[in-house]
Amino acid sequence: MIELQQVNKWYGEHHVLKDVNLEVARGEVVVVCGPSGSGKSTLIRTINRLEAIGNGKILVDGDDVHAKSTNINRLRQKIGFVFQQFNLFPHMSVLDNVLYAPVNILKQPRAQATELARSLLERVGLADKVKAFPGSLSGGQQQRVAIARALALKPPVMLFDEPTSALDPEMVGEVLQVMKSLARDGMTMVCVTHEMGFARDVCDRVIFMDGGVILESATPEEFFSAPKTPRAQRFLADVIGH
Amino acid sequence: MSFLTNAQLLSMLEGMLTTVQLFAICWVMAFTLAVLLVVIRTIDFAPCRWFVDTYVEFHRNVPLLVQVLFWYFGMPELLPEPVRMWLYAHNAEMSLAAIALSLGSAAYIAEDIRSGLRAIPATQFEASRALGSSFLQTMRFVIVPQAIRTSIPPLVSRALLLFKNTSVAMAIGVVELTYRAREIESETYRTYATFGAATIMYLLGSFLIMFVGSRLYKRYRINTGAGHA
Amino acid sequence: MLEILQDFWLQLLIGQYPKGPLGGLVMTLILAVCGLLASLPVAVLLAIARVSPYRWVARSAAVFVNCVRGMPLLMLIFWSYFVLPKLTGFSLSGFWTLLAALVIYESAYLSEVVRSGIEALPRGQIEASRSLGVGYWTTMRKVVLPQALFNVLPSMTSQFVSTIKETSLGYVISVNELTFAANQVNNMLLTKPLQVFGLLALIYFIVCFSMSRALRSLEWRVRRARAMV
Repeated sequence: MIELQQVNKWYGEHHVLKDVNLEVARGEVVVVCGPSGSGKSTLIRTINRLEAIGNGKILVDGDDVHAKSTNINRLRQKIGFVFQQFNLFPHMSVLDNVLYAPVNILKQPRAQATELARSLLERVGLADKVKAFPGSLSGGQQQRVAIARALALKPPVMLFDEPTSALDPEMVGEVLQVMKSLARDGMTMVCVTHEMGFARDVCDRVIFMDGGVILESATPEEFFSAPKTPRAQRFLADVIGH
Repeated sequence: MSFLTNAQLLSMLEGMLTTVQLFAICWVMAFTLAVLLVVIRTIDFAPCRWFVDTYVEFHRNVPLLVQVLFWYFGMPELLPEPVRMWLYAHNAEMSLAAIALSLGSAAYIAEDIRSGLRAIPATQFEASRALGSSFLQTMRFVIVPQAIRTSIPPLVSRALLLFKNTSVAMAIGVVELTYRAREIESETYRTYATFGAATIMYLLGSFLIMFVGSRLYKRYRINTGAGHA
Repeated sequence: MLEILQDFWLQLLIGQYPKGPLGGLVMTLILAVCGLLASLPVAVLLAIARVSPYRWVARSAAVFVNCVRGMPLLMLIFWSYFVLPKLTGFSLSGFWTLLAALVIYESAYLSEVVRSGIEALPRGQIEASRSLGVGYWTTMRKVVLPQALFNVLPSMTSQFVSTIKETSLGYVISVNELTFAANQVNNMLLTKPLQVFGLLALIYFIVCFSMSRALRSLEWRVRRARAMV
């Protein structure tokens, strides 16, 4: 479903992604973790071309993400992206946020799209907030709306860039619930996250990055019980330690 | 399409000179008056505050052109006959335009300085008085210098506006740049050349003022920056 | 002054109408309203041009805005007066040339406000919209501009009052607005310039002052309503 081949990226002199190779199969849930500055956010942002790459290739469902000839708008409709800062549109109601893509891109009539939007909001547990505006919602609620918004076009792939890092601890659970249910329903997901509990419960593979390089790629059982590289061992000790 | 003749260019430059003179005179007068207004405003006596507030509101709500027309056509009526005759014989247009422009700009400059003042914590004033300085000394050495530094950006844009507003004086016959441009255009019908030249001169003047402003800003920033660097 | 007002109030209000074109205070207000309404779309277009990813578009817009802001409004009015008839082919009345100049001048200023509104918007907003697969123009229309324009509202209210004052420059090209009407009254009376121009200043003061007060309370209400959002 997603393929990264020999991807390299530089920020000026700084080599942020070094010969990254990754394959994510359909229905797989992959967690990317690592210390800050490891390049994991940059990596996930290159998958839907929010960041450019220096060289290499990224394929999503067979399409080359960074080729000039690719219609990036059409490709992004197949990739759902959830941001750390939610990025809901403050001047639109919750319903309008979710309706934004179907109405403006697919040109669906509002009445029809509203049905789907409502069902998505119900799925994330916010059916009663349809008319509310983002400013009146908590962080956890906003992020759940953001997930519903990303699901509105029924993308086959969902990318999560540290979805819970900006949330107060008590709200992390509600967002992870939604993500877990998505995973169980067979969504192809790539998540950059620090939530090791989530990784252990639902993901198929854990990717550990440091310094722009993928150091480990293993199942959760393997990774958490016996990480192979010393860097990963130190990381786990720090993360799980507290 | 040949350019303007030397004589015409020279004539425009003379107009530019008048513009610059008018600007310089008005800026000095307006700034002085503005400082005076600000000082009067701080006096704890209600009529002083009302006077300054009314002055400012009046000059901000009446168009500059109307102020100029008032001073040129209306005000001389108030003068006794011999004074009026003397005035008309001695470049009344320039003087009266200068008065109108200065009074008008002073209102805006006073507001800019006041907002600079409001940005200074009251404790500065208290500290100076506690050391034994009088009110006037405090204003002169502590408060006003700081206010002026904060006010440099709005004051620079005010100076720019004044520079451009000198063009309004042409309505009563002051021979400044816009007047000259119009004059030459009506003689030669070389619209693009004359207006283009005049516009370029105004732009140069504007850039010069902005340049001076940014240098001043940097210089004063360094002096006050020692506090938080 | 009161007698002048009593005798000439109609002329000051609507000029020579119906025996001639509509003028006076009504014309001033019409010019101000039309000028402001027309300048908003132009300002938005200019702002979009300035943030455009195409460098030549952004640069040309920047040059245009800086040139317009670097020259006096009166100069721009003359440009409009002499050049527009040449460009369009027909001879335009003073009303249209003044309106065109006002629109250009206002939109250059407003575009800066819109542009800073656009640039102040968190990048995440645009990223969120683009990530959903929505194109550049739709993102502009539905996400960026609605939020950027929210900041323009207070500037527009103060611009309206400024525009009312700027219409007075129409006097120089014989546009029949309030200042011109007052001048006509003065030419009829001849012996009372102080009163006529004093009255003129007073009328502008009353109109602009009350307008800015009214608009400020309106703006405050809008702010409160949107903050609830």
